Amino acid sequence: MADSSISTPTAPSRPGQTGVAEPRLRLTGISKAFGAVQALSNVDFEVYAGEVVGLVGDNGAGKSTLVKIISGVEQADSGEIFLEGTPVKITGPSAATRLGIETVYQDLALCDNLDVVANLFLGHEELDIWPVLSEVSMEREALRVLSVLDVKIPSVRVPVSLLSGGQRQSIAVAKTILRQARVVLLDEPTAALGVAQTRQVLNLIKRLREQGLAVVVISHNLADVFEVVDRVIVLRLGRRVATFDVKSTTPERVVAAITGAEFGAEVDANGSNGGGSQS
Amino acid sequence: MSEAVKQKQPAPTTSVEVPSRLPRPTVGQLLRTDLGFVPVLLTLLVIAAYFALTTDGLFLTPRNLSNLVLQITQIGVLALGSTLVLLLGEIDLSVAAVSTLCSVVMGVLTERQGVSAGWAILAALVTGALTGLINGLLVAFIRIPSFIVTLAASIGYSGLLLYLLAGQSTLIIHDTFIVSLANNYLPDALGIGLPTLALLLYIGFVVFNYMRRKRAGLRTQPLPRLLLQIVTVAVIVEGAVALFESYLGVPQSVIFLTGLILLCWLLLTKTPFGRYVYAVGGNAEAARRAGINVPLIRVAVFTMCSTLAAIGGVLAASRGLAVASQIDPTLLLDSIAAAVIGGVSLFGGKGSVWTLILGALIIGSLENGLDLKSQGTDVKEMVEGVVLVIAVAADALIRRAQARRGR
Ligand SMILES: Nc1ncnc2c1ncn2[C@@H]1O[C@H](COP(=O)(O)OP(=O)(O)O)[C@@H](O)[C@H]1O
Ligand SMILES: [Mg+2]
Repeated sequence: MADSSISTPTAPSRPGQTGVAEPRLRLTGISKAFGAVQALSNVDFEVYAGEVVGLVGDNGAGKSTLVKIISGVEQADSGEIFLEGTPVKITGPSAATRLGIETVYQDLALCDNLDVVANLFLGHEELDIWPVLSEVSMEREALRVLSVLDVKIPSVRVPVSLLSGGQRQSIAVAKTILRQARVVLLDEPTAALGVAQTRQVLNLIKRLREQGLAVVVISHNLADVFEVVDRVIVLRLGRRVATFDVKSTTPERVVAAITGAEFGAEVDANGSNGGGSQS
Repeated sequence: MSEAVKQKQPAPTTSVEVPSRLPRPTVGQLLRTDLGFVPVLLTLLVIAAYFALTTDGLFLTPRNLSNLVLQITQIGVLALGSTLVLLLGEIDLSVAAVSTLCSVVMGVLTERQGVSAGWAILAALVTGALTGLINGLLVAFIRIPSFIVTLAASIGYSGLLLYLLAGQSTLIIHDTFIVSLANNYLPDALGIGLPTLALLLYIGFVVFNYMRRKRAGLRTQPLPRLLLQIVTVAVIVEGAVALFESYLGVPQSVIFLTGLILLCWLLLTKTPFGRYVYAVGGNAEAARRAGINVPLIRVAVFTMCSTLAAIGGVLAASRGLAVASQIDPTLLLDSIAAAVIGGVSLFGGKGSVWTLILGALIIGSLENGLDLKSQGTDVKEMVEGVVLVIAVAADALIRRAQARRGR
């Protein structure tokens, strides 16, 4: 591992923090075409429990398409999906939710007029006796989850419209924890945030890892990626072209992989010309 | 685990809620909270004071106030339905037509067909529910904008009720049960007992809730605020009862109106259904992704709105001792105005049901006061138009102020 920061895509060598060799989520040979556009070609993907994977690539590389396939919004033309080694079919968003796969989209999907507790439990309310909402137990549970994630907000009874961007992002993520997520996908979680709020969200992602979740982060911001992720998976033109361990690589080399400057076409080149940083 | 958890006692509040982080609320935000009713209440008091002064106190006599409350029963019940629909971010322009249609259905059945009052009223309510179901299905599944659907419905039903009345312009209601509905006053025992019982239940619930939150280690309101809240509600309830008792007693129709508002309030604030109504009005896409059956909520709310309109129609027919082919031209706008003046946002997701009483009282006071001053329909309609525009403008301005502050 000394110099070579690139491993083959399906290498099970990754020391998942739970010590289990089988990835929490694994996709093999995923292809997806939209008409004439081959959005994904024979892509493999894996994320382990207690690991944060950064999914990067230029515009149109296929990141969103891959996330949509995992979250059930799109179905792959071919390929297989395994959860803890068991083959699964993700036929729709609700199937993904049932499997413990939760996605936080960029628009966050919060109801601004509802308070934090109501948003966290929306669609999964707890009841005292039918049909009465159990506000006390929901509020306790909300506070517990938010404290695990080290989220600070003025009150869990303010409408989320009063919260900052980082706090709103935190609420959206906390929602996935409440649903007993096992895999959390985050689409550009820091894109719209300032410096301090980005810090909050990166902190949050670390908390998710501590909770033993498998976390996938799509991001354009390599500084953020390098701060929180364990591995970076690079897509280019619908193919997985490289995988880096962040401990033993540099942002320059990732950029090179994204733009295609470093590698002619395919994966294998074993970190050959590590210097070429610009496209 | 996290240092936040170790930090202090197990009470989770300490680590998550940091009140100092709350930005100071703007005026616009305050107007959307518990205190939102204050400006409306002040407006009502100003109007009441003006009429009291200019009618030599006639306006504030128990007799007149009692009548005023009877006059706003139909508007109040229709405003309640409108509120539900507005919370969804939709609008129902058919409430007045549906209300009148349902009263005609009831009137024709009892007076011409000899159907008993109970069945006739049931038929009126079912008619209302059906019209609402149709509105709801068209809005929820065909995705036609609600103002078009309900405008078309309104026109269609005003034709239908002409057809049902077969040329007759006014059908007198003789049925004693129907007439008694809105014209009876409760005997003192019930008139004082029922509201007082409800008040005691409310106080019990508030105190129980306070204790329960305290025991669960959750934040509670400061005790003085809690007491103030209880005292305010008690004064309003018992004050109203005293006012009615100093004339003929508590009118039955007031119990219908407040009972319906109470039911809707419970439904909206204490049950998942109510939460979903607010969620759909706030962000329908988020509600859908949360697994909420958005079309079902829409259909249910439109159905409830039209059913309430039917109840309003029955009460109006009872009070007026007749059903008419002419739909009261200001009924629709008055109902929506009562909801909006009461603080329900035209943009969905914000507002509560109790304040519509204030809205209906403002509208009723204008009507009643201008009547006392022997002003004609011309002046009345102009004044009401201005008041409605002011209320809607306030809603839009508050919303804009919030949007500027948001995020
Ligand atoms: N719904 C769609 N219909 C047609 N083409 C699509 C659709 N979604 C994505 N694509 C195409 O697939 C390719 C990959 O897109 P996407 O997954 O959004 O990339 P990224 O998120 O990495 O920018 C692009 O060429 C895009 O135009
Ligand atoms: Mg994308």
